[in-house]
Amino acid sequence: MAETKSRKSIRMMVLVSSDPVSLERGAGEVFRKFQEEIEAFDLSEEVSLTTIADVGCREDVPLVIVYPDAAVYGPVGMDDVHILVEEHLKKGRVVPGLLAVMHGPLPEIAWLNSRKGSLPAQKRIVLERAGLVNPESLEDYVVYDGYKALGKALTQMTPAEVIAEVDKAGLQGRGGAGFPTGRKWSFVVSAPGEPKYVICNADESEPGTFKDRLILEGDPFSIVEAMTIAGYAVGAHEGYIYIRGEYPLAYKRLENAIHMAEAQNLLGEHIFGTQFNFHIHLHAGAGAYICGEETALIESIEGKRGMPRARPPYPPTFGLFGKPTVVNNVETLANVPPIIRNGADWYHQFGSPKSVGTKVYTILGNVNFTGLIEVPMGITLREVIDIYGKGMKNGARLKLVQTGGSSGSIVPASLQDTPMDFESWRSAGASLGSGALLICDEHTCVVDLAKVLMQFFRFECCGKCTPCRVGTQRSYDIVSRISEGKASLDELEVLQKLGEHMTEVSNCGLGQTASTAVRDILKHFRAEVEEHITSHNCPVGVCPVAELTPAQYLV
Amino acid sequence: MNQEVKELDIVSVVEKAIEEHGTRRDAVIPVLSEVNRAFGFIPAEALPEIRRRIHEPDEGVFLADSHLYSVASFYQMFSLHPLGRHVVRFCESAPCHVQGGRQVIKALQDELGIKPGETSADKKWSLIMTSCLGICGVGPVFIVDEDVIGNVTPDQVHEILARYQ
Repeated sequence: MAETKSRKSIRMMVLVSSDPVSLERGAGEVFRKFQEEIEAFDLSEEVSLTTIADVGCREDVPLVIVYPDAAVYGPVGMDDVHILVEEHLKKGRVVPGLLAVMHGPLPEIAWLNSRKGSLPAQKRIVLERAGLVNPESLEDYVVYDGYKALGKALTQMTPAEVIAEVDKAGLQGRGGAGFPTGRKWSFVVSAPGEPKYVICNADESEPGTFKDRLILEGDPFSIVEAMTIAGYAVGAHEGYIYIRGEYPLAYKRLENAIHMAEAQNLLGEHIFGTQFNFHIHLHAGAGAYICGEETALIESIEGKRGMPRARPPYPPTFGLFGKPTVVNNVETLANVPPIIRNGADWYHQFGSPKSVGTKVYTILGNVNFTGLIEVPMGITLREVIDIYGKGMKNGARLKLVQTGGSSGSIVPASLQDTPMDFESWRSAGASLGSGALLICDEHTCVVDLAKVLMQFFRFECCGKCTPCRVGTQRSYDIVSRISEGKASLDELEVLQKLGEHMTEVSNCGLGQTASTAVRDILKHFRAEVEEHITSHNCPVGVCPVAELTPAQYLV
Repeated sequence: MNQEVKELDIVSVVEKAIEEHGTRRDAVIPVLSEVNRAFGFIPAEALPEIRRRIHEPDEGVFLADSHLYSVASFYQMFSLHPLGRHVVRFCESAPCHVQGGRQVIKALQDELGIKPGETSADKKWSLIMTSCLGICGVGPVFIVDEDVIGNVTPDQVHEILARYQ
C-alpha cells in the first residue's frame, strides 16, 4: 500500500485545518477553492492538498500550512486562496501579508522546530502524525509508519511477547490513575472466561481535557491499530470504542478509519493473512461525565444508566457482559504502536525513570497561549507557563493551577518548580490526573472556583451512593453560602469533614475526588476563604457577598 | 427541529434505528440517540416500541419500559420533553468560567429572557447548561444547535443569536 503513494513528484504540501471551529468558519469552502485554483494553475501533479485536524486551538482559523516552508497562513478567507496559489505554490514566494501572527509555538511548527533541535522539550510520540497527515487517509497513515507495529506483532511476536514489551516499556495508564498497562493486560489473559473484550475509553469528559479528541480527530487509525494489537495480546476478538456523544467529528473519523481498515483486511477476519480476527464497534455516549469511570462505561455499553459497579471484581475479571475486559484510555493506546515498533528500550529514553514516556497536556486559562503540548514527563509548571503558555496574560501574577480537570488538585504557585511526573507529584500531595492544566491568575477567587467545581460534581453525580449524592450537594450549599457571605466559620469544619467522608466511603472515583479541590483550597488559601465569612468581603471582588447592614456589624 | 410527532413516525424511526444498531443490549443507547435526534426529544410513546423489539427473554435480553425511561432520563443529551427550535448549550465548567464565562452566561440569559433549563414562550429558544464540551482552548464556549461558538465575549452574544431565525 505504501508503494501506491508516490511522493517523488510532489514538491509541496498544503494542509488546511479542519477542526470543528475551522469548518464552521468556512474551511470546507477554502479547501474546495484550493482544489479549483491548483487545478487552474495546473499544479495537481506537484502539490498535494489535504485536510488536517487541529493540534492546538487558535483564534485565527482556518489555518493553511504550506510545507516544506512551514509557512502558516491564517485566517484564510476565500479571497486569499488565489493569491496564495499563484504566489506561493506557483512562484514559490511566501506571502508575508497573509501569514498568521505567531503568539507562541504552534504545535505543528514546534514539531518541525524540535526536529531541527531549536525548540526545547516538545517531543511527539502520541501526536507524531496528528496535524501532519490526512486523518481520513489510510495511505497517509501507512506512509508514516502506520500498521508496522501490528504487522510486527502478528508475524514476529507471540501475545506474551507483546505484553512483555509493553510491560518492559513501563507504560502507565494515561487516563489519570497511572496503572501499569502491561500488568492490566496480563490480568485479562489469566482471567477465566470467554470471550474477552478490549475497550477504548474515549469518554473524555474531564473539564479542560481534550487531548483524546485531538488524537482521535488527528490520528484515528493509530487507535484502531493499537486496539487490534491489544486484542491480539489479551486474546480478544471484539473491541468497543466508547466515544462521548459530544465529539461528532472524532466519531466520523473513527467510523471512516474502521471501514477503511476493514476494506484492507487490517481489521476483521484473518488480519495480515494470519488466524487472528478482530472487530471494533464504535459506541457513542449520550452525555454523562461519570461514564468515563470504567465500570460505569461498561454499564452504559450494556444499555443501562452509567452507574459505577461495586468493585472488586474489576473489569479484567468481570467486565463487559461479565467477561474479562481490558479498558484503556485513548492516549495510553496511542503509545502502544510506537513501543511495539521501536521497542521498550527506545521508549525508556523519554521521561523520568519512574514515569516513562511523554505526556500530553492541555494548557488553559489565563496565559497568552492556550493549547496542547506533548512533552517528556518531568517538565515543571514554570517551564510550561513560560515556554509554551508564553507567560501570564496581561502580565498578571500566577495564583494557582488546577491539574487534571475538576477532580484534580489545586496547586499553589509555590509548587511550580516541582517536576511533573506521577512520582514527584504524588509525594507533593498532588495528582497529575488527565493532563489538563488550568492556569489561574490573581483575579481568580478560590471560593468562586470551588463553587463552580462543586456545581459540576453535584450535577454529574450519578446518585448511586449516599456519600457522594448527599455530600456533593451539601458541599455546594456551604460553598454557595460562603460566597454570599452567609456562612459561619464552623461550617468550614463541616465542609472539610464532608470531603473526608466522601473520599473514604464513596463508591467510585467521582465521589472520592469530588472534594479534592475544596480540600486543597482550604489547605493553601484558607485565609481568603475565611475573609468571605468574617469580613463579608471577597478580596478579588467576584463573589456576590451580601453587604452588611449597620445592625449586623453589631452582632 | 420539532415536528408533529405521529405514531407512524415513531414506529418507522424506531424500526430504522433497530435495523442499524441491532437488538443486542448494546443497541439500547444508540437507538435512543437516533430517536432523540429524529424528534429533538424522546417521545414517551417511543419507549414501548423500543422495548417490544429488544426485549427477548429467550436470548437473555430483558427490557422494561421503566428501564428505558431510567436510561433516557439519565443522560444529558436526551430530552424527555420537546425543546425550542434552537437549543443553546452553554459550558459551565471551570476552564470556560475562569476565562470569562461568568459574564457570557449573564448576557445569554438577558438576551434570551430565559433561565437555564427553560424554553422561551414562543418555543424559539431553549437554554441548557452543560458540562465541559472539550473545546476549552477557545473558551468560553457555547453551542447553538450544532454550531460551536468559541472565544465569546458578552457583547457578541446579541449578534450571534441574531443569526438564527
